Amino acid sequence: MSAGQPPLDSPEIRRLTPVIGPGHTYGSVTDKISAIVLTRPTSLGWFVGFAIAFSLMGMMTVAIAWLVIKGTGIWGINIPIGWGFAIVNFVWWIGIGHAGTLISAILFLLNQKWRTSINRFAEAMTLFAVACAGIFPLIHTGRPWMAFYMFPYPSTMGLWPQFRSPLIWDVFAVSTYGTVSLLFWFVGLIPDLATLRDRAVQKPMKIIYGMVSMGWRGSARHWHRYQSAYLLLAGLATPLVLSVHTVVSFDFAIAIVPGWHTTIFPPYFVAGAIYSGFAMVLTIAIPLRKAYGLEDFITMRHLDNMAKVMLATGLIVAYGYFFEFFMSSYSGNKFDLFLVQQRLHGPYAPFYFALILCNILTPQLLWFYKMRHNVVVLFLMSIVVNIGMWLERFVIVVISLTRDFVPSAWGRYSPTFWDWATFIGTIGMFVTLIFLFVRVLPAISIAEMRELVAEKSEEEQ
Amino acid sequence: MMQHRSHLYGVMGEFVTPEELIHAIEKVREAGYRRLDAYAPFPVVGLSEALGLKRNLVPLITLLGGLAGGLGGFCFQYWAAAITYPMNIGGRPLNSWPAFIPVTFELTVLGAALSAVFGMLALNRLPQPHHPVFNVPRFAHASTDRFFLCIEAHDPKFHLADTARLLQSLHAHHVSEVADD
Repeated sequence: MSAGQPPLDSPEIRRLTPVIGPGHTYGSVTDKISAIVLTRPTSLGWFVGFAIAFSLMGMMTVAIAWLVIKGTGIWGINIPIGWGFAIVNFVWWIGIGHAGTLISAILFLLNQKWRTSINRFAEAMTLFAVACAGIFPLIHTGRPWMAFYMFPYPSTMGLWPQFRSPLIWDVFAVSTYGTVSLLFWFVGLIPDLATLRDRAVQKPMKIIYGMVSMGWRGSARHWHRYQSAYLLLAGLATPLVLSVHTVVSFDFAIAIVPGWHTTIFPPYFVAGAIYSGFAMVLTIAIPLRKAYGLEDFITMRHLDNMAKVMLATGLIVAYGYFFEFFMSSYSGNKFDLFLVQQRLHGPYAPFYFALILCNILTPQLLWFYKMRHNVVVLFLMSIVVNIGMWLERFVIVVISLTRDFVPSAWGRYSPTFWDWATFIGTIGMFVTLIFLFVRVLPAISIAEMRELVAEKSEEEQ
Repeated sequence: MMQHRSHLYGVMGEFVTPEELIHAIEKVREAGYRRLDAYAPFPVVGLSEALGLKRNLVPLITLLGGLAGGLGGFCFQYWAAAITYPMNIGGRPLNSWPAFIPVTFELTVLGAALSAVFGMLALNRLPQPHHPVFNVPRFAHASTDRFFLCIEAHDPKFHLADTARLLQSLHAHHVSEVADD
């Protein structure tokens, strides 16, 4: 920090902490971001990280292959707990996948400038999380090669999907979300791919980036339509992102199982999704800016704002937990009351208390400015929230299914080695994809950073 | 000379700031040129207005795509659940429309998003791997930090020497001929 600047916690600096470091020009932002992909030598750390992640992904492949050979009996699921890890992990991953589109679409419509340097990799994270999420319901069907039954196609049997079922809504919601997120991400990438094409030195790189940039030449006529399309996509993605976790929550809320059949589920699932999504963005952003020296682009202002979003959505989630208690006692429904009691005193009570600790108590530290500006604390906090949100889905799925209406239908659930191998394997796949993404595509939108530079120079004039 | 003209796409001037580019466009349009296009590394505020671009068709295409997705989606569910594969479950109505809303909504968004993106690409005539402007070596900077204005040869007022001189008088840093191949 240069001399003469006020101390970090003074009110002026809080207001003025920029969304982009000082002294940047169109050329310098382009150089700095494209160099990560084009000229910077791949570091040893990248190879080590990639090797670990890729091995974990290999473990996932083995686990899925073994599942296909043996069937879902290798998992801990049973009757009555037919959902188990597969659905817990599905909901967890799809929740993580919400921050990307929220950052790119909703913050775009709200004209939040600070979204610019984090939207690209948050969108990538969304796509990879949705890919991980998609694996679970697919393999949970038991016969994944028959999964196309869920799509409406003219079969010789004259069968059609049951459109009144939330599970079919889920198929449509998740596949639409995946498609629209991919489109949004790709449209944002086109101008940057053209930049990489023009700056690449090696011939194969020029050809590959040339093909994927589709001959983008930055014509004013193209930008004119491009901006319309981007704005419309943002407008379309905004209700979409809210609808996806709503539909996922319908998987639970439409059923009559105690602890699931509540109207608070859709909003509280959406808030939880944003909560865990922002936690994952922080988990990725903090090492990324350190490893590639991007502190000028992903500034403390970004981390601070993301921490605030986490705090706010975390409080909505806490409200959801509180209301589950309140509604069960207010309604006087004895099954609901019993379920609440089971959360507090049942065999899975430690999970519930760990969930409260991770999701409600720890994040209260984010009220403090010093905590929000301590990168190490933020990183650890983001991991804690990720764990907490996973526990939330575990508590919802497992406690309700093990404590149904009649004691004869009660049961116990514990995951097996293969459950863990698949789950940790998808984390490996996620990290593998992130490593590849950072290496071959610009992790920060170069064109939008130039816009930010232009606006900044206009303000200064 | 005729031979040369038919192989010319236009004349291109290079500018360092977006303000210079917009100023140049205004002057060139005042001089009566209409067949021109600007190239910028990011969407410059006021560029469309300076070029006199009208509202584009992308929003309309998106609306139509969304309507097709939504109406098609709903009608399809109705047809599947009430006509071709009716299931009587305790006498409940076959056209249970509230249960069809989530899929209808998702298909509306899907139809609109696909038409927005592919409509935009089609109207922009992309993918188009080659374009005459790429023949100018300095045009590689159009995707980094330089702004270009190209006056096309099929403009009625186009005259190689005069047009190039006009661009030079507007402080273009480099003025180059754009070959058409």
